[in-house]
Amino acid sequence: MLKDLTKNERILALCLAILVALLGLFLAAAGQDTLLGSHGWIILLFGLILTFAVVGTMTYQGPTPEQLADRHKEYYDTPTKAGIVLAMIWAIFGFFVGDWVAWQLAYPDLNLDQAWSSFGRLRPAHTMGVIFGFGGNALIATSFHVVQRTSRARLPDQLSPWVVLAGYNLFCILAVTGYLIGITQSKEYAEPEWYADILLTVVWVLYFILYLRTLARRAEPHIYVANWYYLAFILVVAMLHIVNNLAVPISLSHAKSYSLFAGVQDAMTQWWYGHNAVAFFLTAGFLGMMYYFLPVKAQRPIYSYRMSIVSFWGITFLYMWAGSHHLHYTALPDWVQTLGMSFSIMLLVPSWASAANALLTLNGAWHRVRDDAALRFMMVAAVFYGISTFEGSFMAIRPVNSLSHYTDWTVGHVHAGALGWVAFITFGAIYTLVPWLWKRQGMYSSRLVEVHFWLGLAGTVVYVMAMWNSGIIQGLMWRTYDEFGTLEYSFVESLEAMHAYYVARAIGGLFFLVGGIIGFYNIYKTISASGAETMADDQPIATAPAAE
Amino acid sequence: MLDRHKKVERHSLAFVIMIIVVASIGGLFEIAPLFTIDKTVEDVEGVRPYTPLELAGRNIYIREGCYACHSQMIRTLRDEVERYGPYSLAAESQYDHPMLWGSKRTGPDLARVGGKYSDAWHVAHFIRPRDVVPQSNMPSYAFLLERRADLRDMDLHLAALKATGVPYSEAQIEAANLDALGQADPDSEAAEGVLERYGEDIAIRDFALDGRNVSEMDALVAYLQMLGTLVDWDTFQPGGKELE
Repeated sequence: MLKDLTKNERILALCLAILVALLGLFLAAAGQDTLLGSHGWIILLFGLILTFAVVGTMTYQGPTPEQLADRHKEYYDTPTKAGIVLAMIWAIFGFFVGDWVAWQLAYPDLNLDQAWSSFGRLRPAHTMGVIFGFGGNALIATSFHVVQRTSRARLPDQLSPWVVLAGYNLFCILAVTGYLIGITQSKEYAEPEWYADILLTVVWVLYFILYLRTLARRAEPHIYVANWYYLAFILVVAMLHIVNNLAVPISLSHAKSYSLFAGVQDAMTQWWYGHNAVAFFLTAGFLGMMYYFLPVKAQRPIYSYRMSIVSFWGITFLYMWAGSHHLHYTALPDWVQTLGMSFSIMLLVPSWASAANALLTLNGAWHRVRDDAALRFMMVAAVFYGISTFEGSFMAIRPVNSLSHYTDWTVGHVHAGALGWVAFITFGAIYTLVPWLWKRQGMYSSRLVEVHFWLGLAGTVVYVMAMWNSGIIQGLMWRTYDEFGTLEYSFVESLEAMHAYYVARAIGGLFFLVGGIIGFYNIYKTISASGAETMADDQPIATAPAAE
Repeated sequence: MLDRHKKVERHSLAFVIMIIVVASIGGLFEIAPLFTIDKTVEDVEGVRPYTPLELAGRNIYIREGCYACHSQMIRTLRDEVERYGPYSLAAESQYDHPMLWGSKRTGPDLARVGGKYSDAWHVAHFIRPRDVVPQSNMPSYAFLLERRADLRDMDLHLAALKATGVPYSEAQIEAANLDALGQADPDSEAAEGVLERYGEDIAIRDFALDGRNVSEMDALVAYLQMLGTLVDWDTFQPGGKELE
């Protein structure tokens, strides 16, 4: 991998690796009495590993001028490959932790009675592992692939994609290890502390610049739809991340900081972030993935260009208003709640336009959906996208929310989106990409892709059904009155009623985890299969970077 | 419209600027006014910043991820008010950096848990939740009793909070480390200082009931026992929001 870098790039990489190691050393020294110190050591170790890796290739002369000239005729796919493998590793980790905490809710003694392994610390490790570790790496990897193919241009250099990948994964490692040892801001899906947030900001700016530089090299006059979504994902996530994480650290030698905002304003900022992390991380980014891989795999053009435009700008505009539907009937002013509800309902229009655009694209290719599990993953993803966006708009209606809020219904809703939509579109894209990138005829075993598909689908359906039932029962029990006008059930009675559903949910999760492991095995076997076959690249690169 | 869009999608920077503008509007309309409209958070008598020990307890609550299963926000709904007490006021979390309203109730809401159970109940419950509530699925937090609370830098904590706008006095910041110890040690001189700096209503006792000072259990119980107790409901006048 590092041998792809030119001599100058390797020198720069070495400087960066040493800088990371030094920063780690500084934090380890400054935080020797506090939790920050342990993160300092992790950063130092990470920096040292990178340093040694780069040093090991320093004697290598680098590509000759001829090789360099040749290189511009091909795409730079090694970072994409690495990103896919990283995404799968995080997937297994995230699914495992998720299923473990699911079993803990049914059988609390499974928590091993350790501080690090209690539900409260593992839960953010699960969400961070799946959303940022699995989802984020998959988005970064596929975005590198898609932006090169749709621009018919190679990434502008070899170093930046590696910096983005390495920095991003360091952030994920800091996040997850932080929760286990007790470092957290407690803001949902934004739990990492100030120094990790600064790291992510730097990485994200580099990612954005890399993306724009690649687009600037494009040989196609138009920027393809998939790139609009990836761009929105990169830009808006940056905006959300920076504003929601504004905080005052208590000192440079402590991990702890205090959020700049308090109470009502903090709640609104947090859910403006939280809901739009769903919108721009888990929706826009993955729509970008869908808009490229689904039509390519179905060998059909996108059904409607007009629908693409309307739904893109609809999603970009409307989602940003919807966050306050997480705060119905709270101390947040009514006018904000009403705005949040109204925009959430309007949001159904662009959401369903996207889902319909995807499904209508499949017209004429339904035989491929039947025969090809990779495409079927993507088809089911579009269906779940439609289902969960409808459910989301529905749950944003205040009286519905009075029942659903605080219950497992929300958890079920999130997982309909996260498992059915996000994970399914990702697996579809990965099963499409792996044979292309490693130049294989197909996956090692298409039967195992089928097994993964059906396990994943069964797991998702069992999970979501269990949570619908438990959530609605819970919500109803909390508000049931007896004939004397007093509350019928104590809280703990509602908890007892959940047990069977918690077991069912954990079984659904187990299906999903096993599916993921099978997928990992299949991908591993595909990559390591001997006798690579050369296959024609999917999209020819432009021979000379064309002017616009 | 389509023709115009065709022009925009040929220019990456124009596209970037359009995304930023279109995506900023919602936040500007919904969040910015919350900082400028005074009625968003009405002043309520009794609301005060946390004492250093309560703050340390709150940080343990955050560290353990308690918010993942417990909300601290009673909604304006009849059943919630009857189950948990008066609905939560904006002012009650005005010094909460960050807020801990939560989003999921695997366990009950804790906005008004203060005073609902004895210290002994809390300690027993943390050690083995199922000893007290047999059906509970809460993890054990027995280790809190064994760990000394880290109260060495409470002055830094208070100073950072002051920087975000919490009205701690210089005296409170200066004495924070000592005050944190004093609140869990009723017979000490430091206890006097807590009352002096935070008011006569502050609860000062050995919260963990173990005769030792000061464990993480002391801090967390001190925090839980003050939750939702600051407003006097006999004299409180609702400022407009009505029960639905």
